[in-house]
Amino acid sequence: MALYIKGMGNISPQKTWGEESLFKPVGYNEDRLKCIEPEYSQWIDPRQLRRMSRVIKMGVAAGSMALKDAGITVPQGIITGTGYGCLDDTGIFLTKLVENKEQALNPTPFIQSTHNTIGSQIALLLQCQDYNQTYAHDAFSFESALLDAMLQLNETPERKILIGGVDEITEASHAIQKRFGIFNKSENSLQLFNRPSEGILNGEGSAFFVLSGEKSETDKVSVEALTTFYKPDEESLVKGIQDFLKASSLKSEDIDLILLGKSGDQKSDEKVDRISSSLFSSNAIGYFKQLCGEYPTASAFALWLGARIIQEQTIPDGIVSKKVNKPLKNILIYNQYFGTHHSLILLHACH
Amino acid sequence: MKGRIHVAGAGVISAIGNSVSETFESLRHERMGIGPITLFDSVHKGVLPVGEVKHTNERLSDHLKVKTVTRTALLGINAAREAVKSSGLDLKRWRTGLISATTVGGMDLTENFFHDFLSNSRHGKLRDVIHHACGQSTELIADDLGINGFVSTINTACSSSVNAIMLGSRMIDQGMLDVVVAGGTDALTKFTINGFNSLMILDKNLCRPFDANRNGLNLGEGAGFVVLVSDKVKQAEGLKIDCFVAGFANTNDAFHQTASSPEGRGSYGAMQQTLDMSGLKVEDIDYINLHGTGTQNNDLSEGTAVKRLFGDKCPRLSSTKAFTGHTLGASGGIEAVFSVLAIREQCVFPNLRFETAIPEVGITPQLVFENNLSVKHVMSNSFGFGGNCSSVVFSKSDF
Repeated sequence: MALYIKGMGNISPQKTWGEESLFKPVGYNEDRLKCIEPEYSQWIDPRQLRRMSRVIKMGVAAGSMALKDAGITVPQGIITGTGYGCLDDTGIFLTKLVENKEQALNPTPFIQSTHNTIGSQIALLLQCQDYNQTYAHDAFSFESALLDAMLQLNETPERKILIGGVDEITEASHAIQKRFGIFNKSENSLQLFNRPSEGILNGEGSAFFVLSGEKSETDKVSVEALTTFYKPDEESLVKGIQDFLKASSLKSEDIDLILLGKSGDQKSDEKVDRISSSLFSSNAIGYFKQLCGEYPTASAFALWLGARIIQEQTIPDGIVSKKVNKPLKNILIYNQYFGTHHSLILLHACH
Repeated sequence: MKGRIHVAGAGVISAIGNSVSETFESLRHERMGIGPITLFDSVHKGVLPVGEVKHTNERLSDHLKVKTVTRTALLGINAAREAVKSSGLDLKRWRTGLISATTVGGMDLTENFFHDFLSNSRHGKLRDVIHHACGQSTELIADDLGINGFVSTINTACSSSVNAIMLGSRMIDQGMLDVVVAGGTDALTKFTINGFNSLMILDKNLCRPFDANRNGLNLGEGAGFVVLVSDKVKQAEGLKIDCFVAGFANTNDAFHQTASSPEGRGSYGAMQQTLDMSGLKVEDIDYINLHGTGTQNNDLSEGTAVKRLFGDKCPRLSSTKAFTGHTLGASGGIEAVFSVLAIREQCVFPNLRFETAIPEVGITPQLVFENNLSVKHVMSNSFGFGGNCSSVVFSKSDF
């Protein structure tokens, strides 16, 4: 079924909120892409703000942006996807636990450490007593949230549901991940795919959407279908992508733009390149992880980007190598995460 | 729902047993599993009682013949394997998914890592953090079961597992999957013991759910999974089924990050919407497996909501957390298995250590194990931090 996008909000390492309708890419000369954050007091009561960690602020603010964009105050359900959860509060509580030898601990970071804190803070602030769910499954977290929205709206299409994907980098998480040797030493993040890749850029972000199963005149973009593939071999992946298109009655040439989740991780990028060149040899292919970095819910950034491209009928700089000179009706997001998690999200222009 | 979502198998491990049959024997003989901390060093050792699974990680991995990974994954593998085996299904024949729930994931190893990491950011064994994320425990279970279809993980604190059963039921109902292994797993960790201790809601004595003199909860650990199948699978495989998922609901209390509203508005909504979806009236419910943690706040709030909804038609009810301790993200899965057992064995389980009813609600729970009853519909409640409230009803198949 089609999920109509009623509103969006996005806090990312790019300028994705505020006045700019579509951004000029911002480059980074380090392995960590940090979100460009808004003045949160615009979106959140300063008294509440004081107690919130950064990931909660990012989630609540992007959620508020999406609700405002949709012209509603309270959604009829909140579904959050977060791979990492609330890392900062987890780290603070663990640190104090070790330092204080399990004595005299402040409970606040513990309370705010569970993954569902973000979705429940939104519910609390909005007094939303409806369906509330949090998915915490690596690079399927946002996809699970989107799938759940699809299940919900299949049952009750008239509802408007807030869904989002959010993840944060912390000092500790970055230091730990760095030790795995997975990060890129690139001098300019925007050049990630212009030379042989040798590692990912560490990313973060928070993108929220108001979705409904009921179409209105002003809707521009719908999510038509999605699927996930867990640790697939190449053959079943290729077949899975073909079946996915067939189920949506599309041929590969009907896809006007593919947003490909290459990350800079050499081994998985090679596989993705092989698959995309065999299935989509004549299609326009764009990349997005040079903009947002790699993180479990990067597909939420890609959904926002794909929807913006359809809304504006313009592809921002640095995403595709050559100009696309046709209407952008169907966009396929093909994301992958370290070769183990693959997902497809199909976007369609409503008019 | 379009068809029925059948429960074709169940598996459980907790402080009161490593299998469904061991667990049932403990419940029947009123043998609880809560005692002192033995599995790791902590300043709370000998002070705070907990519901440990009585095996070290090494023994669990020997028994399962898998590599020692996070305890959360080991417990999950143990219970999920039992659930699949008891269903008799060949998962490969069907579109099978695994939906698991956990709140701590691989925290049991991460907290070891952090100890060394804090002294020097180059210290700590990286192999202790690779399975930290919640989804990793699910994937270790999926890989063990050979499930390569849909996998997902839910973390809505202590209501997580019921939400996993809910998602699995919906996916089968809407034709996306044929078989779903759904439930949850959580290991005891210093992180959670200290977290709940900092909130001052851990009882230094054995917990007393729903008692007027209750003084907090005891933490536990374990895993519980059910195998859900569609009508088509049931018929094609000729499965003998005890019960099915009749209805479920998920609400948010939206009152406070940790405390429940005094009137239990979230839990009331979850129970009421579950009845609506099941097409049942309050008098149809034969037994409620309560969330019943033993904290002042939960039991008063839940009791008030039960009283408001069921009035003078209150069915037999009990919290089994006096047996197992509160197993957090696993509790909904473990208690789903208890609910299935109540229907299969036509029995109800006692609420141990109860003496005096909470004066504001006046509910006296089930005091002894009782069988030879007619148990057709069982409701199970799971509520969590963040106001997450979920309920589910299991119904007897020949009903």
